[in-house]
Amino acid sequence: MELHKLTALELAQKLRTGEVTQQEAVDTALSRIHTAQPDNNAFVTVDGPAFPAADLSASPLAGVPMAYKDNICTKGVPTTCASKILEGFVPCYDATVVERLSAAGAVSLGKLNMDEFAMGSTSETSYAGPVKNPWDLTRAAGGSSGGAAAAVAAGEVWYAIGSDTGGSIRQPAAYCGVTGMKPTYGTVSRYGLIAYASSLDQMGPIARSAADCAAVLDVIQGKDPRDGTSLDAPAGGLLASLTGNLKGKKIGLPIDCFGEGLDPEVRAAVLAAAEVLKACGATVEEFALPVMEYVVPTYYIIAAAEASSNLSRFDGVKYGWRAESYETLGDLYTMTRTQGFGTEVKRRILLGTFVLSSGYYDAYYKKALQVKAVIKKAFDEAFTKYDLLLTPVAPTTAPKLGESLSDPLKMYLSDIYTVSVNLAGLPALSMPCGFDGKGMPIGAQLIGPPLGDGMVLNGAHAFQQETDWHKKAPKGGDAQ
Amino acid sequence: MKITEDMVDYISQLSRLQLPAEEKTAMTAELERIVAYMDVLNRLDTAGVEPLSHIFPLKNVLRADEVTPSYDRAALLAGSPAGDRETFLVPKAVE
Repeated sequence: MELHKLTALELAQKLRTGEVTQQEAVDTALSRIHTAQPDNNAFVTVDGPAFPAADLSASPLAGVPMAYKDNICTKGVPTTCASKILEGFVPCYDATVVERLSAAGAVSLGKLNMDEFAMGSTSETSYAGPVKNPWDLTRAAGGSSGGAAAAVAAGEVWYAIGSDTGGSIRQPAAYCGVTGMKPTYGTVSRYGLIAYASSLDQMGPIARSAADCAAVLDVIQGKDPRDGTSLDAPAGGLLASLTGNLKGKKIGLPIDCFGEGLDPEVRAAVLAAAEVLKACGATVEEFALPVMEYVVPTYYIIAAAEASSNLSRFDGVKYGWRAESYETLGDLYTMTRTQGFGTEVKRRILLGTFVLSSGYYDAYYKKALQVKAVIKKAFDEAFTKYDLLLTPVAPTTAPKLGESLSDPLKMYLSDIYTVSVNLAGLPALSMPCGFDGKGMPIGAQLIGPPLGDGMVLNGAHAFQQETDWHKKAPKGGDAQ
Repeated sequence: MKITEDMVDYISQLSRLQLPAEEKTAMTAELERIVAYMDVLNRLDTAGVEPLSHIFPLKNVLRADEVTPSYDRAALLAGSPAGDRETFLVPKAVE
């Protein structure tokens, strides 16, 4: 039996029946990490597993090896955000998601590579070097949770926890042919997540199926007093509520997400996914969502503004790395930040400082918050007519390494289908729905109303009952 | 809008960053392109629209005023690049 081909829930079941031991599962994962790491660079730190072995009755995923994106604080394990400025930082506490998953029997094998401070769409801005796509090592894995998506696609771990500020779970999941979910804002505690843009950041699972994602969310969602934006909403029960039945559900196709700039092969695959959802009982209808034109600039103004404020804490005093030569305290800050941050992080700090600065605040930052209100209203209206929306995840499949870094604005524009979801705080999932002519995976995105996480997962679960795109694995990950 | 190297110097200073000359020239041009693109938003009339900073109407999140254990000081200081066991160490800031 090839364990790495199982879903997380299937492996957990075999652990419970004793058909597979925890040691065998961990050995399989470590051996696959050892083989794949020199190729795809998915991990920043390989560490674990912790002892004693997991209590297999703790949750439906107990005993399954997994890993965390390197912007999630893990007690005693280096947490670098793939940045030089956090070199040597070892948190003295666990993020809430880590606490909850550990209590549920998750077996962490380390920390996953990413764009520096989650700023990027290809996981190439990492201080630890770029992540490579397991389907084609000359292409990007997507970003910013590129290591998480690559590690799951390559069969190194059965699931991973990523973070998503503007598509950073969903887009790499699409590029790597795995399933990734950004839950409703406020349903997963951000305590212990190193902040990029706090009003948009949300953690979630990357796994091999929607059912696996549901099982992870059942563990990590729920009110946490240590996160002031944590919602007091019902949590748990997502896995148990998956029926795969879409009878009576209405799915909206925003025509503005299928126009200019969308690769024809991606369009065809997502429209074919709509036909499958129809066959599952849903009705599908096109509608206009003209606010799509404004989502990218709105997102980049708000995200950069919040980043410039959040990243002011990295000053060479409290954690991580400090410049070697400086004279005054001011020098210490400036030298540490100038040498410690990479180019994309500096670009966003400067952009954010600009849009917040006196004289430009109203024209850019305040304007973006007003447009955000318009965008949220447009989605609210859409969800009075539809239960779910279906869109592409990204305009193309995974680009060649190096292509995006040369043109930052072009890279920002590629986030068009994912960023609106963060601006409106909505749950959304990326699911594999086909391949292009070059053999690269294509993702379709299902978007739900606030707290409609269960509906999104059920839509994807229905799709995955009828298709096997999510079961495909790259060579070396042993294609089925 | 035109972004000048003087403006980049000013926002760099506010951000505690110091770009080398060639990096500054490239950054100025890139920021100008990005900011020009953001002017798309001016096509949308938002007169009278209330700015939305938080997506859900969460206000006054309070907790009971109870003392709970905090992290150990030495453990927190251990993450610092320069510290003794009691405080962070930095160059002298007051004459």
